[in-house]
Amino acid sequence: MDPLQLLVGGLANGCVYGLLALGFVLIYKATEAVNFAQGDMMMFGAFMTLSLVNQDGYNLPFGVGVCIAIAAMAVLSYVLEMTFIRRLFGQPQFSVVVLTIALGFVLRFIAGLIWGHEPQSLETPFAGRALTFGSIVLGYDDIVVIVVTLLLVGGLYLFFIYTRVGLAMQACSQNQLAAYYVGIPVKRLSSIVWAVSGVTATIAGVLFAAKGTIDPASGLLGIKAFAAAVIGGFGSLPGALIGGLIVGVVEPLAQFYAPTGYSQIAPYAIMLLVLVVRPAGIFSQVAQKKV
Amino acid sequence: MAEPLLVVQNLETYYGPVMALRGVSIEVNRGEIVCVLGANGAGKTTLLRTISGILDAHKGQVALAGKPVTTFAPEAIVREGIAHVPQGREVFPLMSVLDNLMLGAYTRRDRSSIMQELDVIFNYFPALVERQKQLAGTLSGGQQQMLAIARALIMRPNIMLLDEPGLGLSPKLVAEIYQIITRLNQDLGVTMLVVEQNARTALEVSSRGYVLELGRVVFDGSAAQLLDTADIQEFFLGAAQNPSATGGRWKRKKTWR
Repeated sequence: MDPLQLLVGGLANGCVYGLLALGFVLIYKATEAVNFAQGDMMMFGAFMTLSLVNQDGYNLPFGVGVCIAIAAMAVLSYVLEMTFIRRLFGQPQFSVVVLTIALGFVLRFIAGLIWGHEPQSLETPFAGRALTFGSIVLGYDDIVVIVVTLLLVGGLYLFFIYTRVGLAMQACSQNQLAAYYVGIPVKRLSSIVWAVSGVTATIAGVLFAAKGTIDPASGLLGIKAFAAAVIGGFGSLPGALIGGLIVGVVEPLAQFYAPTGYSQIAPYAIMLLVLVVRPAGIFSQVAQKKV
Repeated sequence: MAEPLLVVQNLETYYGPVMALRGVSIEVNRGEIVCVLGANGAGKTTLLRTISGILDAHKGQVALAGKPVTTFAPEAIVREGIAHVPQGREVFPLMSVLDNLMLGAYTRRDRSSIMQELDVIFNYFPALVERQKQLAGTLSGGQQQMLAIARALIMRPNIMLLDEPGLGLSPKLVAEIYQIITRLNQDLGVTMLVVEQNARTALEVSSRGYVLELGRVVFDGSAAQLLDTADIQEFFLGAAQNPSATGGRWKRKKTWR
């Protein structure tokens, strides 16, 4: 198989990991807590889209279905933060971690109850079509994944740099106490950050389901995305994307060139390597924060 | 006399089981600079944090211009016009000076008047003008303190709470900061409540003062009165003890009179 072909498929996969990692980093930056339910939020968003769009579901047009699922997931994440996470405000981070793991389980089993545990696939308008460049086949789904990811990341970047709310979110992550002092509604912003990461999770889920199948256990993908976020440097948005791309590209290459089974280990091996060589991750802000 | 701008009545605040404020009552009139003196752990910072809603009051009331704000969320209290310049500066380290200032104006939406305000503020803090694009974390301690004050000023507050503005700064910078505080009070009429350990510096600019000890107000009076009080001189201003007054081997009890 052409290594370039592997690379393209890997990049598309990597975008999904990158988007999930982005969700991890967003929440971590704004609230200093790690949301281990991120992968399950992705799975849940994907299933919602699936039942809205598929023929044996509500059979809505693809775009409409996705938009409704995104909005629903944003609201759900907002409410989850407001009702559960906010109660742990001021408690040790560990309790938040345990709570999010529990939330993940709950989402997984609710999804199992509603949609069953069988793998299902999302019917997309771009399934099965492809462009061919010489020996390289570029599936429409891969192209859509890459383009959507780039747009989303670009949009988030502009949001954080140029909007009032985005700036306030940065402020919360840099100095939460000072954010209170200047009158930023810190708690409401935490909920909004959860909503935003619910949106990125849903988009990641749609892209993931469009490329293959999804079942309630797909949320475990979140662990791989977590590794990606660590590789990129937890707390860095571009780092999350790059980390995701690295994991995505390494996987198929390891699958092809390394003995069977090693592709599953590869992302974590890289994570360990990064932790040993550059503990703060590839794109770390630590050096600047020491001031 | 007109109604005081800020009235704090019988405020009690706990840190978990620890009672940090044991019924504090203070008043600040419009246009005044009032200082709160006290040693470490007296409850000065707790008092300011309770006023600005970061800590919840267990009992008592805070009222601004007659309106009770005790139960308001921190951001709502800022919107009422209480600006807090926290201890230890607390700027946003990875943002430019200008972004820091714009975040200070987060509660205001009238962009054009914010820009005017910015011009006024830069008049008082020339050091910040040339460093607008610099990251706040790379400023010196004195510049960060000025930025913190400027960031509170841009809210155009009714009252400014300053928590040890001279902490960790050289005597020259402390004098400079207090000079700016005085000018802001005189020129712009900003009402200030200053918390300090450095009693002499604070009393020189204030009209009145309160002494806080273990969460209680133990003395209050005009700045001149406070400067004259024997115990204040002894415990805050470092005046030499009169050996006969201490009566040999007994530790003299503070009476604050």
